[in-house]
Amino acid sequence: MNQRFALPDVGEGLTEAEIVSWKVTTGDTVAVNDVLVEIETAKSLVELPSPYAGTVVRLLAAEGETVDVGADIVVIGDGAEPAEPAEPAEPAEPAGPAEPAQPAEPVAPAPAEATPSAAAPAAGADSSGATLVGYGTREAAPSRRRRGAPAAQQTAAQQPAAGGHVLAKPPVRKLARDLGVDLATARATGPGGTVTRADVLALVPSAPAEPARRVEKHDRERHVPIRGVRKATAAAMVESAFSAPHVTVFTTVDATRTMKLVQRLKADPEYADVRVSPLLLVAKALLVAVRRNPDINATWDEANQVIVVKNYVNLGIAVATPRGLLVPNVKDADELSLKDLAVRLGELTATARAGKAQPRDLAEGTITITNVGTFGIDAGTPILNPGEAAILAVGKISQRPWVHKGKVRPRYLATLSLSFDHRMLDGESGSRALADIAAVLEDPARALTWS
Amino acid sequence: MTDAAAGPPRDPQAPQEAQYPQDPAAAQPMVQLLDRHGVRRTHPEHEVDLEPEELLALLRDMVLLRRLDTESEALQRQGQLGLWPGSRGQEAAQVGAGRATRRQDQVFPSYRDHGAVLARGIDPLHILSVFRGVDHGGWDPATTGMHPYTLVIAAQMLPAVGYAMGVQRDGAVGTGDAARDSAVITYFGDGATSQGEAAEALNWASVYQAPVVFFCQNNQWAISEPVSRQSPVPLHQRAAGSGMPAVLVDGNDVLAVLAVTRAAMDRARAGGGPTFIEAFTYRMGAHTTSDDPTRYRSAAEVDAWREKDPIDRFRTHLRAEGLLDDEHEAALAAESDAFAERLRAGVREIPDPDPVSMFEHAYAEPHPQVLAERDEFLAAWEQHDEEARELAGGAS
Repeated sequence: MNQRFALPDVGEGLTEAEIVSWKVTTGDTVAVNDVLVEIETAKSLVELPSPYAGTVVRLLAAEGETVDVGADIVVIGDGAEPAEPAEPAEPAEPAGPAEPAQPAEPVAPAPAEATPSAAAPAAGADSSGATLVGYGTREAAPSRRRRGAPAAQQTAAQQPAAGGHVLAKPPVRKLARDLGVDLATARATGPGGTVTRADVLALVPSAPAEPARRVEKHDRERHVPIRGVRKATAAAMVESAFSAPHVTVFTTVDATRTMKLVQRLKADPEYADVRVSPLLLVAKALLVAVRRNPDINATWDEANQVIVVKNYVNLGIAVATPRGLLVPNVKDADELSLKDLAVRLGELTATARAGKAQPRDLAEGTITITNVGTFGIDAGTPILNPGEAAILAVGKISQRPWVHKGKVRPRYLATLSLSFDHRMLDGESGSRALADIAAVLEDPARALTWS
Repeated sequence: MTDAAAGPPRDPQAPQEAQYPQDPAAAQPMVQLLDRHGVRRTHPEHEVDLEPEELLALLRDMVLLRRLDTESEALQRQGQLGLWPGSRGQEAAQVGAGRATRRQDQVFPSYRDHGAVLARGIDPLHILSVFRGVDHGGWDPATTGMHPYTLVIAAQMLPAVGYAMGVQRDGAVGTGDAARDSAVITYFGDGATSQGEAAEALNWASVYQAPVVFFCQNNQWAISEPVSRQSPVPLHQRAAGSGMPAVLVDGNDVLAVLAVTRAAMDRARAGGGPTFIEAFTYRMGAHTTSDDPTRYRSAAEVDAWREKDPIDRFRTHLRAEGLLDDEHEAALAAESDAFAERLRAGVREIPDPDPVSMFEHAYAEPHPQVLAERDEFLAAWEQHDEEARELAGGAS
């Protein structure tokens, strides 16, 4: 007999989870409590152990898919029935109205072979009663995902009693309200005659029913779902690029003295347990420049029609992490000694790279540094972290020929580029700020005279 | 985010393992009868002398408790339980203290004390019924001597003191009759000591010399809050302020916990008053199945405590004493498997409660207002059923 395993609520009130990776495939033999799949909920990554021993007959959800709690995700057989054909995750477009293999939109309360335990005693013959206490009657998986076809093809749909009370979940009611659709006109295809999301969307003329999320394999293309940090980054960059008119200014700086200072600090016993890098001195140079040019440490407040100039610096550092680009910031960096700044920068980047950056680390930045030089690049035109007035890109620091004291010498050169929001800053102020940063890197002693 | 290899978070306030980070010197010496390598130690005040079968029974209790925990966590992940608070790592503390109670004693647990429940001979399926959300209590406190789990932190402590004062007033203390003299034990965690009730309970118990033992499992973490941010002094020192003796015991040493708790319970039964026990242990798993501990504590800390595993330590000791052989281990493993199978099958058989039953336990005797509410509820339910059937077009 085949058993179906429905996605449980693993965390007190979650409604959905994303399939991160399957640990089994069709045909695998599994024992009770063998890990089947890793899912990601709003709370954490969780592994789901198998409740059944047997053979994996079919995976009902693809990796990357977001699945509702209660939806079946895998079929496990005891070997008595032959396994269904392989690669079932890509069903052909439904040819006819009936789609027996899909657990979708069942008219009956639940598929007969569904988990016999949880809902059984209260549901069964009298499923509607159990809805009073919030469990018992579970919605069987509406497999709206993956299939672009709206549920209108479900010919078995029921018409709710005209003029009567329409059954629908609150989010579906809200959707109907938002779309201006009368719920009573929807063809109810959900369990127990409830109106589903797809039913509502089917009533909207030419509505993109559910965006088809293509995650299937393709010979010559790779389809990467847009989500998580990628999605957040995309939204932030679009917002920034199309609300703040960007200007970028460049300068090349002789950072030889900075590199010498880095070497000296590395040998300094006081800095023995701290990571000293050129980036640390670039950060310090930027902080000095902010002190002399406070306007670059500002934000545009559209709602109140003011430019908010900050008297504190929360210094953001762009970090490439396994999750994607993150910009954690050092709070009140302007008040830190050079050593404390080094410690905080080290902690922040290590935490971010380990994937443990906390929301508070990422919030309330005031100005940002992006170190494109670590990728061997000379310069870039960085896009502002949304809400900030300026961002500094630091290019590769390497030895190149340079005219020094009238002679061509090998010197450590770096290209700095500063993008700024032209709504708040003009060419003059942006250029002055960048020149100040360059001046400190050229001669770190200036940091003393300017502070 | 759950990359265990990522190393410790660089939190300057992160606590060191296995010692009081603030001031280790301020803590009492820890009572230990088995060191971390399973070598038997002696202690001038606390000793325990057990028969071989009693020792093996302690091992069995701990092994089955861990299996209950593993299996229940899996059942939660399979949708059979709504939630599970894990007991892994705390087996010695719970089994040791659990085996120190007598039939007539009364136990007031928190919600993670599955070992204490098993020690009272209660079917573990009753625990699962609570976390399946089909029962609020699980077992009968009157017949089992086990109060229901208390989910509100520290809320069981004052009732425990009150019950102990009742025992006192019943004259069931200090009579010298071993079958009559009774004590109360209440279980709570390190986080509970931050609650006002804990302070009240300690003070009240001491003022009245109530026969109650305060058994604090310091598992180092109150969800994500380390004990170093809960208390500036070692937890057992709280007892001094209310004027009762306290013992710090290695909570991963089942023999030491049993010895210390037994002595405290005997003292309470004899009319000697309350005792505070701090069992120093570690929650190896998540706070509950809704928690992700990798977000707040390091893999290195967990690894360090794994070295002090209470079951491994006791097993090593029994092997060294020649009390445990492969045959016995195999029998225990088989028993554990059967126990797990019984849990898996049993949890699916637990019936959903009849909603009307909620009106039955509000008062001991029929109450007119509650009965009227019940009738109203039944009528509303009936009507809902009819409407639902109509709307569903007979589908149900």
